[in-house]
Amino acid sequence: MALLSIQQIEKYYGNRSSLTKAIDDISFSVEKSEFVAIMGASGSGKTTLLNCISTIDSVTAGHIFLNETDITRLKGKQLNAFRRDKLGFIFQDFNLLDTLTAYENIALALSIQKKSASEIDSSVRVVAQQLGITEVLRKYPYQMSGGQKQRVASARAIITKPELILADEPTGALDSRSAKMLLERFNYLNQTIEATIIMVTHDSFTASYAGRVLFIKDGKIFHEIRKGNDSRKEFFDKIIDVVTLLGGDAGDTL
Amino acid sequence: MRDYAVYFFTLVIGVSVFYVFNAIGTQASYLELENDTRNIIELLKSMLSGVSVFVAIVLGLLIVYASRFLMKRRNREFALYLMLGMGKFKISSILLIETLIIGICSLFVGLMIGIGLSQIMSVFVANLFEADMTEYQFTLSEEAIWKTVMYFALMYVIVMIWNTLVISHFKLIDLMQSGKKSERIKLKNPWLCVLIFLFAVGLLSYAYYQVGWKYRDLNQQKITIYICFGCISTFLIFWSVSGMLLRVIMSMKSVYYKGLNSFTFRQISSKINTMVFSMMVICLMLFVTICTLSSAFSIRNSMNATIVENCPADCEIYFSYADEEKLAYLQSVDLEKIYSDSGKTLTENFREWVHFSTYSDENLTFGTSCGEELKTIQKNYPFLIYDTPEEIIGLNDYNKLMRLYGKEELSLDEGEFIVLCDFKSMAEVRNSLLQKGKTLNIFGHELKSKYDDCQDGFVDLSSQHINAGIYVVPDSILEKNYASRDYLIGNYDAENKEEKQAIEQEVCSAYEEVFQHWADQHPELSVLREINTKIDIASASVGLGAVITFIGMYIGLVFLIACGAMLALKELSESVDSISRYEMLRRIGAEEKDLSKSLFQQTGIFFLLPLILACIHSVFGMKFASTFLEIFGTEKMSESIFMTVSILLLIYGGYFLITYFCSKHIIKNKQ
Repeated sequence: MALLSIQQIEKYYGNRSSLTKAIDDISFSVEKSEFVAIMGASGSGKTTLLNCISTIDSVTAGHIFLNETDITRLKGKQLNAFRRDKLGFIFQDFNLLDTLTAYENIALALSIQKKSASEIDSSVRVVAQQLGITEVLRKYPYQMSGGQKQRVASARAIITKPELILADEPTGALDSRSAKMLLERFNYLNQTIEATIIMVTHDSFTASYAGRVLFIKDGKIFHEIRKGNDSRKEFFDKIIDVVTLLGGDAGDTL
Repeated sequence: MRDYAVYFFTLVIGVSVFYVFNAIGTQASYLELENDTRNIIELLKSMLSGVSVFVAIVLGLLIVYASRFLMKRRNREFALYLMLGMGKFKISSILLIETLIIGICSLFVGLMIGIGLSQIMSVFVANLFEADMTEYQFTLSEEAIWKTVMYFALMYVIVMIWNTLVISHFKLIDLMQSGKKSERIKLKNPWLCVLIFLFAVGLLSYAYYQVGWKYRDLNQQKITIYICFGCISTFLIFWSVSGMLLRVIMSMKSVYYKGLNSFTFRQISSKINTMVFSMMVICLMLFVTICTLSSAFSIRNSMNATIVENCPADCEIYFSYADEEKLAYLQSVDLEKIYSDSGKTLTENFREWVHFSTYSDENLTFGTSCGEELKTIQKNYPFLIYDTPEEIIGLNDYNKLMRLYGKEELSLDEGEFIVLCDFKSMAEVRNSLLQKGKTLNIFGHELKSKYDDCQDGFVDLSSQHINAGIYVVPDSILEKNYASRDYLIGNYDAENKEEKQAIEQEVCSAYEEVFQHWADQHPELSVLREINTKIDIASASVGLGAVITFIGMYIGLVFLIACGAMLALKELSESVDSISRYEMLRRIGAEEKDLSKSLFQQTGIFFLLPLILACIHSVFGMKFASTFLEIFGTEKMSESIFMTVSILLLIYGGYFLITYFCSKHIIKNKQ
């Protein structure tokens, strides 16, 4: 049984006179400790898909199972508890609290789970080590570079040992060097602590770090490729080929 | 939009309070009142209009503060207008029209509410002036309406000018970035914070000590200095406390990393950090509010209570032999003689009375009674009068008077005297002298004090405890030629209020006639004469009580509203700024219950902090004020404080609750 199983979900926006199908019958599943990238142009529905998985948005039809729990049926408190215990989020704009230090931002994810202070301290030190941010722990977001902020956000996402990590354009606001560094960390997390990661991106380079790439166009799955035993460079070329295939608006996707 | 609701709400309350208090004069003129009370109302009217100018300045500042605050929140909107090519003049005129609309609406709504409230107020006014309200009338004060409209129109014009000025100084780049700048947190050096905090506490305690305990040395200049000390230390406390508290809580790891606490405390600390000055202003305004309200209530409550105690007879007439040269002649006449000269009987209309003299020995002044202590006492109490002869009364006369008053009589052996004094701070000074047990020379006799402290008692009718000292001595040492004043104190021969009033008129006109006649006959004599009646004293004191209550309530309410509005605006705009933070907390799985709790804590501490400091200030402020309130009596202090607390809870607490619920609505999940 897959960790995450998405069955024929649909998401409509608007009213009868002008209906937009953001997601039009998508099904796929993700195994444990997989690193999946979802690619698509702006407006293709990839962020909506991620929001539905993360329970931030609700689906119009279909089911999403995480470990055999139907998360489309969760409500209120259960939803909060689900997000808190099972999911980790990484956003394009980092979403760190600017009034807290890096340490406190990371610790917050645990203190919400009502963990004790000593437990929090040791966990924070471990993830900081893993993500290479030990020296910025005492700094505030405004004192950090974009790459550091994103790694702090990642630390906050993984510290609760979630079953699924959801990343929405994590490299979107980063320069190429920081992006590369972050993605290598993702790979490291994926391989050493077997984190399951779903990442939404429109950048082929970013996607090439994943083990599998899903392409979405106009709310439907257009194509899917796996890395298999290819090197990252070869995989990157394959992705570029698909992106070119995606049509005349390929310019948008690069 | 919600910010505007608070702004509008505040304007409406401001307008209605302004109207209600300015309409009091007109309302009172509808009431059936005695003449004396009419004069008091004139006084009240002129005082209220004087205070109104001050109140208008406070409200004006509040409005400017609020509108500047709201302007800041719209910077991005203005930036968009400018980007679209709209001129600054155009933006100014948009704002002008907005201010105009808000102004007209708030004036209208405020006046409507004000007119409604003033109907309730008129019952209160009638109650205070003890007028009967059998014929209720709907009152509408045109004068007050005009005044309100004029004052607020002026304020709005100032706001408009201010806004235009601000807009002309806009820079597009600043406007565009205004929303995006993330806050820069600077943790203050904790040791510096502690140092400054200790310094501020020290400075404040010094000022408290000087004002609360050493108040006898105070003069205008010193008071100003101590008030400045108070302001500075309040500022420093707010400056240091946010940093310090945060440090303290951060060091308690198990508290700080529990639930959303780290977030909550950071929010509070940053809020306080960004408005240290406003916090100081709010704290001081709360302090003034608490002090004025409780003093005003205390004066009013005690006045009504003490009048029964201090004015136990209907009427008092006296004249004193003020003319040294004609002393011998004056001592040969008394009130009875003066009245009979005009063919009147002194005691006509009286059912019971005491007619007696008081005496004075020019060698017995407060100064001489101090003896060797004079120099030290003079240094400590430079404002006392040291060289006027003390008033002396014979035991027999005093006891007769006490029988009339229905109070306890005194007994005295030869060679003894008793000092009567009910003015507390004066009694303290006298007690310290009496404890020495020195003998005094009165009319050539060496007398010793029977008690080692002053006895509670008085001779003159009054509304307050203002007897600063009278000596009671054995009758044997008194002689006719020592007399200095002739008194008649008695009760009218009347059964009810109407009869009493009728008799009082007769007595007063007889008094005027008699002394006029006497003065015509003896133009060379200057005499000090006076008539005091219970009705006069009562209406003066009721009126004074009412004036003080109104002024106190007026200032107190306006200040409270201003404080509440400032805090609410700041808190609400903070909530709007923090929407994304709460959204993020929700995404990482914080429960709704915890978010509400955090918000409640934030709002609560934000409102409580200035209140706590203001309460501490007030404890010492009231201690100082109570030395002045003593003459009015401080028996009803707890009741007054209770009333103050209720008003405070109602308005300040109301603002707190509104702020909390609005903030909760602002950060509510939009999905």
